[in-house]
Amino acid sequence: MEVIRSQKRTFSNDIVSSPTIPLYLTAPPMEVRLEEFELFAIDRLRVLKGVSDGLARGKNPKEMDDLVDSLWKEHMRHSDVSEMFNKDIISHFVLRLVYCRSDELKKWFLSMETALFRHRFRLQNLEIQRAIVGEFGLPYKAVTGAELESLKERLGQVVRSLGQISPTIESVYYKVPFEEVPDLVAGRRVFIQKGYAFVAGSQLVSLVVTQFRSHISKALILTNRKWTTTIREREKDRLTPIVEGLSTSYLGPDYSQSSEYADISLKDIDQVSKSSFPLCMRHLFEKLREDHHLKHGGRMQLGLFLKGVGLKLDDALAFWRAEFTKKVGSERFDKEYAYSIRHNYGKEGKRTDYTPYACQKIISSAPGVGDHHGCPYRHFSEDNLRAALGRMGLSSRGMEDVMDKVRNKHYQLACTLTFEAIYGTSCDAGINHPNQYFEESQKILKSNAPTAPV
Amino acid sequence: MSCVRKMTREETENRADDMMIDVPKPKIENPDEFNVHYLRIYYGNLFPYTDIHKWLSYGHDGKHPGCDEFYFGRREFSFTLENDVYLRYKSFKNASAMGDAIKGNFPYKIDIGAVYSVDPDKRHAYAQSGTNVFTPVERELVFDIDITDYDDVRYCCSGADVCSKCWPLMTVAIKVIDTSLREDFGFKHILWVFSGRRGVHCWVCDAKARRLTNEQRSAVAEYFRVYKGNENNARKVALMGYSLHPFLARSYVDFLKDFFEGELQATQSIFSSKEKYEKILEMISDEDIQSELRDKWENSARSSLSEEATSRTRWEQLKNTLHSKKQKAPTLRMCVEEIVFTFTYPRIDLEVSKQMNHLLKAPFCVHPKTGRVCVPIDPNNCDEFDLLAVPTLSQLIEEINSGGSKMDVDEDDSERSLLGKSIKFFRSSFLEPLLKSCKEEIESSYKTKIGKSKDSFSW
Repeated sequence: MEVIRSQKRTFSNDIVSSPTIPLYLTAPPMEVRLEEFELFAIDRLRVLKGVSDGLARGKNPKEMDDLVDSLWKEHMRHSDVSEMFNKDIISHFVLRLVYCRSDELKKWFLSMETALFRHRFRLQNLEIQRAIVGEFGLPYKAVTGAELESLKERLGQVVRSLGQISPTIESVYYKVPFEEVPDLVAGRRVFIQKGYAFVAGSQLVSLVVTQFRSHISKALILTNRKWTTTIREREKDRLTPIVEGLSTSYLGPDYSQSSEYADISLKDIDQVSKSSFPLCMRHLFEKLREDHHLKHGGRMQLGLFLKGVGLKLDDALAFWRAEFTKKVGSERFDKEYAYSIRHNYGKEGKRTDYTPYACQKIISSAPGVGDHHGCPYRHFSEDNLRAALGRMGLSSRGMEDVMDKVRNKHYQLACTLTFEAIYGTSCDAGINHPNQYFEESQKILKSNAPTAPV
Repeated sequence: MSCVRKMTREETENRADDMMIDVPKPKIENPDEFNVHYLRIYYGNLFPYTDIHKWLSYGHDGKHPGCDEFYFGRREFSFTLENDVYLRYKSFKNASAMGDAIKGNFPYKIDIGAVYSVDPDKRHAYAQSGTNVFTPVERELVFDIDITDYDDVRYCCSGADVCSKCWPLMTVAIKVIDTSLREDFGFKHILWVFSGRRGVHCWVCDAKARRLTNEQRSAVAEYFRVYKGNENNARKVALMGYSLHPFLARSYVDFLKDFFEGELQATQSIFSSKEKYEKILEMISDEDIQSELRDKWENSARSSLSEEATSRTRWEQLKNTLHSKKQKAPTLRMCVEEIVFTFTYPRIDLEVSKQMNHLLKAPFCVHPKTGRVCVPIDPNNCDEFDLLAVPTLSQLIEEINSGGSKMDVDEDDSERSLLGKSIKFFRSSFLEPLLKSCKEEIESSYKTKIGKSKDSFSW
């Protein structure tokens, strides 16, 4: 794949005749425009993030099929089949570069690409599915005759154990080493005997997905090698910054400008903190009121959030000064702390207007001793989190749902569930940003009680 | 043996007399059984270095051209020393290097980790090259079952305590898992080891098992999982569907049901008191049935039957009541099985099994809290395993002192020494068949390799 600046793009024709899901076995010999390099990658990233959210919300396979279908149509579809095919391939290979750079990135990309492939495969008709199976060249033999007959009872048992009343078994079963269908083994969805799993024709997807996964996994290791040895240095002025930026990019609105729902003044702030702040900000806010101090990480996280909810610079200075002077005195405040508040508002230094932190950044922060920033769902002990959620008014039932997500490391979902429990309404988009939490909450509160003061 | 300093019988007995007023119950914990001096002697004279080395070499210590002579040297060991000093990523090029390190450090605990791509001891040298070449490549598939995880279903002991009444829970766990590993997964070289105090470890050593990826390990672990609930959910086991999966069905029919109705009732009388049966009633997701049974049992509270007989009667009543409810809700369909599974199905610490680089205590270590040796358990005769008969350090030392034990357990009379029997079992039932198949595998993969290179010459 060549990345070029020109408007032209050439590609070989034979790509079009391939099945509708590429296996990404080799990078195609085509040229890619620099803008597309990034734009396509961002579109695919939106699909993968959607897949990730769907999985984290525990959607069942059928719901995931629908989700993948709609995500794909929304972000990847193109009226021209070959254009779409190219976009599919280009975006995959760009993200492979982006996500080959650490084990954590690799793991996420591998899981999401595999899930995406699984559901795209399931959405295809039988003929295309067979073609894809053929392309992998899977060497499995169908079980027939006496062997199948002798297994019938236990195969029927498996079918019934999966919730079907009648033990009718399928007509075709493949005998496969159990380690090649780990997901079917994990779910006890196959009969296993002496090291072999008996895979029903309808479960073929599992086999294909395993192949796909192992191929991508190996490819990521190779890509990583190429990236560290040559590409990063060679492309340091062109592709490298794009690649490095993509993995941390947050795709939602950045809340750098306060919206109509976000306009608070000093006198409301205590009340609003209780009614509309997400737990992370509420905790920082309360700690600030309590200790009259926050360490740097906390000042940044809360300060930018407050900026995002519409606290003006003058109000912000007054707000922080009121607390800090109780502890450090006003002279020291003006000297040491006021600068960084003005800095956050783009009034000092580089004069960049800094954007509030998104969940991803907060979750991946590493608060140390004396720090109160970070994501409570990730960084609090279970007891502390329970206590904090109790203070937010969560019922014990709601609490368990939240804790369940926490245990499975779905911190944003835990926050989303908290939101849903408190406001009694669903939040399908999920919480991705503290300021989004705030705005959604204000929308609900204002629509419920239009005349009441917020 | 001149430096053996051992408390005399007399001293031990005097101390015991002072402390014990009640009739002494045999206990698994016995702090007098363990100390550093004993441990030195144990490592100096009894620990089976050669066998451990042979095992972990998997045939690569031979002369065959297909042998990988650095195989054993890439295995991670870790030592836990006195005062909890913890040394990870140790590696040894051969049995004598391993022996020297163990005799020099006399670790309280030796853990065995994975075989890595490079010598774990030199991992930093490789790390500097920038590419991440230090990665686990082989590891036995391991399982760890602890009696502590059964606290809600045993009434004789709790925590790290264990006695002959609750140990059978481990025995049934061994049977269920061992059978499945052999019948379902087709593994042959399986070693079960007493963990020294409160549970068992399982090492699956087939070549295929050692090469499973983390994902495949997780899949096997998940295959064994039936617990979905948590502390805040009475119904810990939820069996859905219209039938049990063949693996669960076999476990139920061959082991769990009989164990539940026989031994468990006899030792734990799980329905005998209100406190006990309420926990079981909570598992029935139908309040009418719950109160029907509760009424019946509260009224029969003063019967003259023994605890065990009361418990058995109530179980029969529960089964009959559930059976007679024809309009079974989906959640009641498997209720009897769910109760049996909750009480008896193996509770494996699955996280240990899922990662290649997880460490597990080596067989033949001595547990510091009990002084007992981590001896192998024969899965075919696990009913006969008596944890209170497992040799302790002080017994072994005494045996040496009295001249009853030959240093070299290869002697014919090794059967008679305390540890000799365990070592002999380790060799004949586990090590020999394992090494035989390792040799075959080395031979056949060597032939394939030679064959392949010949092919490429003829090109």
